[in-house]
Amino acid sequence: MDKLIEQFSLGLFFWQLILFVGLVLLLKKFAWGPILKSVGEREEGIKDALDEAENARKEMQNLNADNARILKEARIERDTLLKEAREMKEGIIAEAKEEAQVQANKVVEQAQATIQSEKQAAIADLKNQVAELSIGIAEKVVRGELADKSKQEKLVEDMLKEVTIS
Amino acid sequence: MYRNRLIKILVLLLFVITNTVSAQEFTEENNSDEKDIKVEIKEYINHHLLDSYDFGLFSWTTDEGEHKHFGFPLPVILIDGGLKVFSSSKFHHGETVAEVDGNYYKVFHNKIYKTDAAGTITLDDHQHPTNTKPLDFSITKNVTVIFLVGLFMFFMFSRMAKSYQKNNLMPTGFGRMLEPIIMYIRDDIAIPNIGKKHYKKYMSYLLTVFFFVWIINLLGLTPLGVNVTNNIAVTFALALITYLLTTFTANKNYWKHIFWMPGVPGPMKIILAPIELLGTIIKPFSLMIRLYANITAGHIVLMSIIGLMFIFKSWIGSPLSFGLAFALALLELLVAALQAYIFTMLSALYFGSAVEEHDDH
Repeated sequence: MDKLIEQFSLGLFFWQLILFVGLVLLLKKFAWGPILKSVGEREEGIKDALDEAENARKEMQNLNADNARILKEARIERDTLLKEAREMKEGIIAEAKEEAQVQANKVVEQAQATIQSEKQAAIADLKNQVAELSIGIAEKVVRGELADKSKQEKLVEDMLKEVTIS
Repeated sequence: MYRNRLIKILVLLLFVITNTVSAQEFTEENNSDEKDIKVEIKEYINHHLLDSYDFGLFSWTTDEGEHKHFGFPLPVILIDGGLKVFSSSKFHHGETVAEVDGNYYKVFHNKIYKTDAAGTITLDDHQHPTNTKPLDFSITKNVTVIFLVGLFMFFMFSRMAKSYQKNNLMPTGFGRMLEPIIMYIRDDIAIPNIGKKHYKKYMSYLLTVFFFVWIINLLGLTPLGVNVTNNIAVTFALALITYLLTTFTANKNYWKHIFWMPGVPGPMKIILAPIELLGTIIKPFSLMIRLYANITAGHIVLMSIIGLMFIFKSWIGSPLSFGLAFALALLELLVAALQAYIFTMLSALYFGSAVEEHDDH
């Protein structure tokens, strides 16, 4: 201890104190301050970037979820649309069929009526023609028959017989 | 504890080696010659441990017994009835008396004393000179080294700070190696000990003290022969700054825990107060002694082992002490960083206790 006190040099102490305090202040201004600030900024930057990445990831997840939801909705809508269309198609077809049936029935009915009337007309016509023909034949026969007198009488007689029978 | 045991083991080892080897080798040699070398080595080590007024890089003795020195003189600044500034070359390495403005000064055991023209130093019973000592603010070798290290640190770290701006907040070159150390001091020394809220105001001091002590300690291991941290004045100045910072940034809680310790009975509080108060001084005092003693012990042991080579002058002893010196030098490299770390760590711990906020009890 005695030797320590003896060895103690006031001058060295003085200079060490002055130089060291000066060094601390100088380094604080020109080195430690800027260095620690830069490192702090860098760390802050890294932290921000990580946070941002995390946010982006979350957003991406949300987007994906949204996409899935939209897709699902679209699919459901498509299905309903298809179903509606199918129903509509079937409705139209059924309606058309019905209408066609009705139309066809009508046409058939009309045709039958026409056929019927035509048939009646034809029958009437035929009857007329048969009558005319019969009259013609009868005329001719009559003319032949009436050539002699006996025959005329016989004819009248037959005819009268016939008329009375029928 | 660890260091003490280590030194004991080393000393024991040396003792055994010196005894056996010298018994074998030097039995027929002249005994007084051997003594001379031992005394010279001891003086050399003592001289090395002290500050000096000129920057001597190395010295040797010619065959004629003349001491030659290689280095450069430094300014001597004395306050002795006015400011006196002169070159240390006037002392001729302590061999002559310097005459300035009619006053005579002489260096004795690396201190400047006022003497008469003949340079007589009168000693008292305890071998202490009775001559008056002028106030000495000389730019000694250590002051020069401190200044150069400060300059070096300033350029190194301010350049590093600039490289951040140029390179998108990333350091370049050597800064890449320094940054993890700075980060270590911030994240593993300052923040855990002081706390996230207050650590910022102490960072400049902690960083500066760590790098300063480390670089100075490393310089002490170079063959330049500088050894700043084994001057008690230097470690005292550093410890004083830690003490002042602790004392003047302390909050109410700190003082309350010193003068009126909560949670202990009344009479105990009165007994505890002076103990705690003393503790505030002992803490930085231990910082001062620890750094000083570690570095001094390292230098003494290392130089002693190197000195042994000159004593042995044998084929067994010299390689052995060379190996020992080499191993010890490696250990000292570790100690250089370790002491800087411990100083910084404990300073941070004391700052932490000064700003600690405990509302929990």
